[in-house]
Amino acid sequence: MPNIVVLVKQVPDTYSERKLASADHTLDRASADAVLDEINERAVEEALQIKEAQGGEVTVLTVGPERATDAIRKALSMGADKAVHVSDESLHGADIIQTAKVLAKAIGTVEGYDLIIAGNESTDGVGGAIPAMLAELLGLPQLTHARKVEIDGTSVKVERETDAGRTFLEAALPAVISVGEKINDPRYPSFKGIMAAKKKPVTTLTIADLGIDASEVGLANAASQVLESAPKPPRAAGQQITDEGDGGSKIAEYLVSQKLI
Amino acid sequence: MAVERLLPDTEAEDLIALARDIAANELAPKAGEYEEKELFPREQFRLLGRSGLLGLPYPERWGGGGVSYEVYLQVLEEIAAAWMTVGVGLSVHTMSCYALAEYGTDSQRDEWLPDMLGGDLLGAYALSETHAGSDAAALSTRAVLDGPDYVVTGTKAWITHGGQADFYTTMVRTSPDGGRGISCLLVPADTPGLSASAPERKMGMTASTTAQMIFDGARVSTGRRLGEEGIGLKIALSALNSGRLGIAACAVGLAQAALDEAVRYAKERSQFGRSIIEFQGMEFLLADMAAAVESARATYLEAARRRDRGLPFKRQASIAKLVATDAAMKVTTDAVQVLGGAGYTKDFPVERYMREAKVPQIFEGTNQIQRMVIARELRNKA
Repeated sequence: MPNIVVLVKQVPDTYSERKLASADHTLDRASADAVLDEINERAVEEALQIKEAQGGEVTVLTVGPERATDAIRKALSMGADKAVHVSDESLHGADIIQTAKVLAKAIGTVEGYDLIIAGNESTDGVGGAIPAMLAELLGLPQLTHARKVEIDGTSVKVERETDAGRTFLEAALPAVISVGEKINDPRYPSFKGIMAAKKKPVTTLTIADLGIDASEVGLANAASQVLESAPKPPRAAGQQITDEGDGGSKIAEYLVSQKLI
Repeated sequence: MAVERLLPDTEAEDLIALARDIAANELAPKAGEYEEKELFPREQFRLLGRSGLLGLPYPERWGGGGVSYEVYLQVLEEIAAAWMTVGVGLSVHTMSCYALAEYGTDSQRDEWLPDMLGGDLLGAYALSETHAGSDAAALSTRAVLDGPDYVVTGTKAWITHGGQADFYTTMVRTSPDGGRGISCLLVPADTPGLSASAPERKMGMTASTTAQMIFDGARVSTGRRLGEEGIGLKIALSALNSGRLGIAACAVGLAQAALDEAVRYAKERSQFGRSIIEFQGMEFLLADMAAAVESARATYLEAARRRDRGLPFKRQASIAKLVATDAAMKVTTDAVQVLGGAGYTKDFPVERYMREAKVPQIFEGTNQIQRMVIARELRNKA
């Protein structure tokens, strides 16, 4: 009966226009629709599949501003049992290391966890380092980039996918795993799940509750600073060529000019 | 562009988000191909069932969602905007559950309703016949008592989901007494003697199967009669009052989809050196389309709120159906105009939307019948 903690994050919808705030180069949360990151839906799905097969409990954990409750509710409506939400103004602009420290402390509030599941990287920061840092901070084995996960009482086996090939890993529980795109297809919540989510317990914590001082976190205390940022240049309009019987050779000429053929 | 909705609570917001998610990822990408190949979206209806969307406005006690009509209809609009066949199918299914939910006994409801509302069964509603369309009271499919059963003989026509559905809420004649001689039976699809004709070959909504249902001495237990003998027409017309709200919501969804497509195209299409959306001729056309969509939405929501408060809503439902389906016809036609020659081709969805918009002006009471209902209320109340 594994006790599973799933890390979730609310991110700007990849379909909407994503920007950084001009004042401090942090994420402009107001400019885009906020959603539960898709890779986290897969992490939740994996936890739910394990729970459905073996029992246990699924806790979702997020660090984020107040409106991250929407992302929590989505995970709960999919079927997770409860949630921990670390919300604190002083975390604005926190870097990856600070976030990992906060997550590690928050995981400490979940009694008797066996497995921590994260997505391999978020679609906003794309740091991809949290699972490894967290494992380091908690002194746990890390089995990252999983495309398949098997739990067996006291151990976890993971099939890892890399560009070079597949690696088969095994570790004793408790452990930290991160999942990739191919792990599963996340379910849709059901309306019953949506109704049930409202009644599930959500514990909201500040960093003081976790024994962290405000001077250790936030933009001012981050290990690195964003000095400047510029939006991606708009895509240039394509070149249109009218086919006057020589369309084929025009395409070939273009490909040659781009050194593609 | 997502429609901005004023919703009563976070549950409703999450429900709309779920509907949009399913609409965008599971329905919209398949609609064009399924309509072209006339494939019935049975699997998509199963997904709606698993997601708890097949029984939204019915009591939780029997597996429904316990959701108000105000919220249910907006879910329906989102589904229809992605795929009209599925939206109308959801509305028809919901209507086909009405007779049991409202007129069944508790033991009947306990036995059948949970699978109809909370499972993934699909329903159909069988009232019309070849010679009894607008004049529904003229129906002639006969149900004759024989021991514990009715023996049913006759042909129901224009049945949405005919041959696809798992149950048929069927109006039959149990006595020659005109409109008072009709009863309502809940007929399982596997009843011996019940079969479907070849599907109709239609102008639009080609993925939605419409067929005649042929009853050839089909035996249906008297325990499957919903309500007393003789009140079948009353049940049927009462179901239609709510069904019309569903059709209104679907029509608004379809019109919204056409408007969105037209705006997208008008921004991209350039003539005389600028986007055509900047020309006043186009602005006025698009503004009228938006006004038609939003006023139709307001009209069905007003009727829904009356229903939710237990107020009479028959006239408002007829007005909503009339206004919304006429708006959908106009808006989809204008969307083809905005896209010009491109709109007339099957490379863009607006010609399909235009074909799909025609039948909502006809089914669940033609728009001429809606006017009769509205006028009758004016006459009787004055």
